[in-house]
Amino acid sequence: MTVPVLKPPAEQAPYDAVVIGVSAGGLNALRAILPRLPEKFPLPVVVVQHRGVESDGFFAQYLDQRCAVQVKEAEEKEQAVPGTVYLAPANYHLLLEDDRTFSLTLESRVCFARPSIDVLFESAADVYGSRLIGIILTGANDDGSRGLAAIKKRGGLAVVQDPVGAEVETMPLAALQTADVDFVLPLGAIGLFLANLYKQR
Amino acid sequence: MTNTTDDDKEVEDLEINLLLEGMFKRYGYDFRDYSLAHLRRRLRYRLDSSGLSDMGAMLHRVLHDRSFFELLLRDLSINVTEMFRDPSIYLRIRTEIVSRLKTYPFVKIWHAGCATGEEVYSMAILLHEEGLLERCQIYATDFNQIALKKAKEGIYALDQVRHFTANYQKSGGKESFSDYYSADDHSVIVKNWLKTRIVFADHNLVTDSVFSEMQLVVCRNVLIYFNRELQNRIFQTFYESLCPGGFLWLGSKESLSFSTMGERFEALFPDEKIYKREL
Ligand SMILES: C[S@@+](CC[C@H](N)C(=O)[O-])C[C@H]1O[C@@H](n2cnc3c(N)ncnc32)[C@H](O)[C@@H]1O
Repeated sequence: MTVPVLKPPAEQAPYDAVVIGVSAGGLNALRAILPRLPEKFPLPVVVVQHRGVESDGFFAQYLDQRCAVQVKEAEEKEQAVPGTVYLAPANYHLLLEDDRTFSLTLESRVCFARPSIDVLFESAADVYGSRLIGIILTGANDDGSRGLAAIKKRGGLAVVQDPVGAEVETMPLAALQTADVDFVLPLGAIGLFLANLYKQR
Repeated sequence: MTNTTDDDKEVEDLEINLLLEGMFKRYGYDFRDYSLAHLRRRLRYRLDSSGLSDMGAMLHRVLHDRSFFELLLRDLSINVTEMFRDPSIYLRIRTEIVSRLKTYPFVKIWHAGCATGEEVYSMAILLHEEGLLERCQIYATDFNQIALKKAKEGIYALDQVRHFTANYQKSGGKESFSDYYSADDHSVIVKNWLKTRIVFADHNLVTDSVFSEMQLVVCRNVLIYFNRELQNRIFQTFYESLCPGGFLWLGSKESLSFSTMGERFEALFPDEKIYKREL
């Protein structure tokens, strides 16, 4: 398997943030990606994973123990900083503000989901413009494809997990249909791809 | 597909600013310090379903058409709520806060942003079971008159009641939840006696002032829609409204941690977002 290597100009990193959307099969998918990130990964990573209304901070703790980067739930008005992975808390939509702080809302479900991937991606596209990477992973619905299209529309980079080999192919397929995707990668390659982005500096 | 450039976005932001300014000047509702990400989302949603060409056209429309303003008002106020939301926190209120409230001869409670009333009736039920309701005055306010009207009526869809009942039981409820409402085929209506200690009133947190001294202010899932500066201002309002040592109860994802007002309150139960005003 070949992992595309983007060569950033020596000094200037071309991206400022990564957003990830995942649904059914999310735990395994995130476990395959996030531990590959080095402790000083220079971007904030923001994740929406669909999960139960009542789920608590356990999921963040579980991943935090397995990753070099810090993994935590995003808090409202908290600033998104590099080297940290933020998970959307259960039952609220998560949005990014221009000053790179988080907002939460209780707006009704989007694509039956709250948090919704579209909501995060569209707000992040407003904030980061072309300096954003959006990634859609395994899942059983089509949340995230509009958001990924919004990221492309602002000139950002769109990555989708290869539907072949995805635990559930529906979400990657929907994203491929809706957005003009840059890279389709197997799970194992996505973590490497992110880690490689900044290696050669 | 043409890309949206930084330029387009700058223009859109400018139009949004003008729109908010226009709504404030014309109708007195001030959304200028709401979360911009939330505003963009809701206004774009209205734009898409209105058939208008851009935010500038929406500004024109809103200035000339009051009913369009009412529509935007509804778009910008999210009324999602439920009875005994976060039951374990209600349990904490029941076991830890009620006993402290009992030390006051008379207790005033303010639910700011009460939406359609579920939260207020939950509180009234809890206070009743703890034998405190008769000594309380509850003020339930919101700036959305449609929501407020529903709150006063206290009529809720029957299919929600199962969920409400489960929440009630988890929150330490002591009676049978069905004692508090009468039901017909589609809906339940809250018993009248539960309403006697509650005053419902139209009140805008951003533009209206403090109206009484409270022992407890409940403001849950309202401040998440405000930017940091406005949050600070509203925390100041609550500070002024509370008696020294009075309690402030926020939504489960809200906190005073990122606020300049943090040091004027003690985090009594930080996980439950229950704060105590300094003396
Ligand atoms: C999501 S609901 C929260 C309802 C309830 N407190 C709960 O947590 O379940 C938010 C409410 O805040 C109200 N609201 C928003 N801005 C307001 C303002 N400036 N003044 C008063 N109420 C406001 C909205 O109309 C809405 O009913």
